[in-house]
Amino acid sequence: MALAERPRPGVQPLWIERIPAAWWALALILLTMPAWANNFILFQVMGWTFILGMIALSLMFLAGYGGMVSLIQMSVAAMAGYMMAIFGNSGMGDISMGLPWWLYLPIAIVIAAIFGTIVGALAVRTEGIYTIMITLAIAAAFFYFTRQNYTIFNGYSGFNLVVPPELFGVDWRQPMPFYYLTLGCAVICYAVVVYVSRAPFGLALQGVRDNPRRMAALGFNVTAHRIAAYTFASVIAAIGGILLVWQNAQIAPGTAGIPAVIDILVIAVVGGISRPIGPFIGALIYVLLRTFSPDVLLAFGLSGERFKLLIGLGFLAVVFFSPDGVLGLWERWKSRRDRRRDPLTGADE
Amino acid sequence: MQGFIRRNPIWSLLIALVVAVLLWLIFAPWTDEMEELLGRKRIFLNAIFGGITLGALYFLVASGFTLIFGLMRNVNLAHGSLYLLGGYIGFEVSERTGSWFLAFPVVFVVVAIVGIILQNQVFRRMEGEELRQTMVTIGLSVVIADLMLWTWGGQSYTIYAPDMLFGPMTLPIISGVRSSGEIIYLKYPAVRMAILFAAIVIGVAMWVVLNKTRLGMLVRAGVDDREMLAASGVRIQYVFLAVFAFGAGLAGMAGIVGGTFQSLSPGEDTRFLLASLVVVIVGGMGSIPGAALGALIIGLSEQLGLVYAPTYSVVFTFLIMAVVLAFRPQGLLGERQ
Repeated sequence: MALAERPRPGVQPLWIERIPAAWWALALILLTMPAWANNFILFQVMGWTFILGMIALSLMFLAGYGGMVSLIQMSVAAMAGYMMAIFGNSGMGDISMGLPWWLYLPIAIVIAAIFGTIVGALAVRTEGIYTIMITLAIAAAFFYFTRQNYTIFNGYSGFNLVVPPELFGVDWRQPMPFYYLTLGCAVICYAVVVYVSRAPFGLALQGVRDNPRRMAALGFNVTAHRIAAYTFASVIAAIGGILLVWQNAQIAPGTAGIPAVIDILVIAVVGGISRPIGPFIGALIYVLLRTFSPDVLLAFGLSGERFKLLIGLGFLAVVFFSPDGVLGLWERWKSRRDRRRDPLTGADE
Repeated sequence: MQGFIRRNPIWSLLIALVVAVLLWLIFAPWTDEMEELLGRKRIFLNAIFGGITLGALYFLVASGFTLIFGLMRNVNLAHGSLYLLGGYIGFEVSERTGSWFLAFPVVFVVVAIVGIILQNQVFRRMEGEELRQTMVTIGLSVVIADLMLWTWGGQSYTIYAPDMLFGPMTLPIISGVRSSGEIIYLKYPAVRMAILFAAIVIGVAMWVVLNKTRLGMLVRAGVDDREMLAASGVRIQYVFLAVFAFGAGLAGMAGIVGGTFQSLSPGEDTRFLLASLVVVIVGGMGSIPGAALGALIIGLSEQLGLVYAPTYSVVFTFLIMAVVLAFRPQGLLGERQ
């Protein structure tokens, strides 16, 4: 697996100078998007991208920095969504408790984090492939359990009419507020992941990924670091899950079904699990494919239902030719371009 | 076996006790108080036999999976797709030729060829890169699942068993006593008994091949130390191909079996992939007896759970897995790496 980036040594300019121009352009585009994009793009495409990106970001954190490919992240997200529907308001008045938002949001995130931590504690007993298999099996158990349990999870139909609270007089399900809400959450999650990856905890985690025995010999508690990584990732996934439920206004067992679980892995891998921006790129590609591929397929005279085939083939191509995702392709292209340039004059050869 | 008893006397005693109680429950006629407590004996027996048959089916799928993993360290997450593909092909063959038995060799050969292509074109290209293999097989299973959905549609199919296996057969097990004193014997679908019998035969045959033949010796040597085996002049890639083909073919044949006593529909591939994952995790990676034990435990717990606690039957399965992981991460019969 590709290693996550290391902090670069050298002269440290002012922090604002260190931000590349591309980031400023990206920020400008994202912030002004409501001015020139329509509601469908804002709500369906970009909102969904940020949400899936956040859930995939939690997988990227575990896989890229911790070396643990966990397929449980979608279930953790769905758990947070369920808890919000149960403790907050929904169309199922008999189950939902109707607590105020400042109470049910923390409860949902904490319960999802506890769930993720327990799964993590089980999963860290194993390594590599075993982790994938065990988390996949637990994710399947979660799906079947929510589908069969009617007293808490309301079984097959789940909860509908789960909407965000009307804070500050804004209806947060309107396209523009929802766009900014998801954008804000995504940026915060991204920044926190970048920060943690450079903080002592993140560095220790990367050390554990590279050589657990040496880290253990240095006095680090390997297991505790791994479990803590699961807890941290669960919080990010939980935030994504809550936003996902708000976007769809409903949650059902299918939200965390096996295809959805696999999709998160696909998103993270296609984007690239070496850097936190990867999952968002992957999510954008996935959402664009998912939204527009039926039209494209129809234009070619194929049935619009075959978009799964397209996504699967795209995923296969990426894993086959570039194990570190689209980011890896981009970086290889960039390094090849740099190599071609003359190091002294900077002119192309 | 004896070593195990010597090392864990308490565990052996507990296991012997559980087995004895189960056997007694199966063979002894139940008194009225027991029927009141546990329900009708017929229901219990049906659950037990259903569990054993389901375990047999799980064993057929999981043994190929565990064999491939044990020898090549290949995690083939497209194993469920091979199962479903085998089932669909078996359905087509038995519909067109009208012969249930003909479907087995045809499916075995076709799915084994698919397995050979998989091993040669996918796994060999990325040897040692476990994570990439996993990702690629996940991608493959998505693609294969959609291609199968395209070809066979979303409806479910059932393969009909031949006439000679149609209907119930009577087993020498007492299911109850009529008030007139007449003894009722258990009736059970003949085709399921045939499946159970076939699974046992295949399991024993695999054990014999693995432990008594030259090929089995090569496979076992490969499981222990691949490099050494290759260095001593064995063309290990051929052994790999053979084992992969056999495991894939077995999964395909299991598809026919599954299509006969359950049904084939999209989504069954992930179901059986998960079942074999759980079976192999519980039983121990790479161990054939482990796969048999795990399949039996999972099959029984699923069926008994379905009868006595229908809401949570699926959860039992995963609870067993979690307990095994927590106390014996290498699986019940697995060996620590």
